[in-house]
Amino acid sequence: MLVVAVRPASAAAEDLATAIRNWTGGASVTPGRVRLDIARLVDNGNAVPLSVGVDSPMTAADHVVAVAIFNEKNPERDVARFHFGPRSGRAAASTRIRLATSQNLVAIARMSDGSHWSATVDVLVTLAACVEGDS
Amino acid sequence: MARAIVTVPPGVPRGEVFEVRAIIAHPMETGFRPGSDGRRLPRDVLRRFTCRYDGATVFAADLYPAIAANPYLAFHVLATASGPMTFTWEGDNGFAQTETAAIVVT
Repeated sequence: MLVVAVRPASAAAEDLATAIRNWTGGASVTPGRVRLDIARLVDNGNAVPLSVGVDSPMTAADHVVAVAIFNEKNPERDVARFHFGPRSGRAAASTRIRLATSQNLVAIARMSDGSHWSATVDVLVTLAACVEGDS
Repeated sequence: MARAIVTVPPGVPRGEVFEVRAIIAHPMETGFRPGSDGRRLPRDVLRRFTCRYDGATVFAADLYPAIAANPYLAFHVLATASGPMTFTWEGDNGFAQTETAAIVVT
């Protein structure tokens, strides 16, 4: 009998999956409804503009509660968590982030009905941030 | 006091969604970088941003070392009533700063 051990593609990917599971509480995550805008080719990882938006009517009955952004290969998996409510009017936010290397970014939206939706972007970084010395 | 700038529109019709932008001068030192002496620079980051308006928290953000220096945030708010909007940044080493902007709802 042939036994094949199923292992994740890399330790980093497993780390990312753990961070996501900790945030969603193990709930299933469906790709879609989330828009994650970031340059696919990043010259300088020290300040990369990032925008996230979620398709939602943002009413009291149906709105986005929070959006968490995770990375795969920075020293820490968390990037930012945005908390919204019906008074936000629109589930969208922008910021500037650091990227240590080329990697995947994942945005996960938590809706008021408890469902989770995601978007994933693969970025290529030529100049890294975070771990370089003070020079 | 760190230098902070918040931008809100001069006037908004009731029920409209408007954009708010906030930026604050802060190094967001990650705690992973070595300094000029080769030792790691201690972590000093902002961890929480909160925007309050018309009696409620309308937007908040948890920030981590992956946020670039001088954190910039842009988000949206539904215009409900004229009044002050407060912006609070909290972080390591007891950092806390609050800025206020006047919202005029027409």
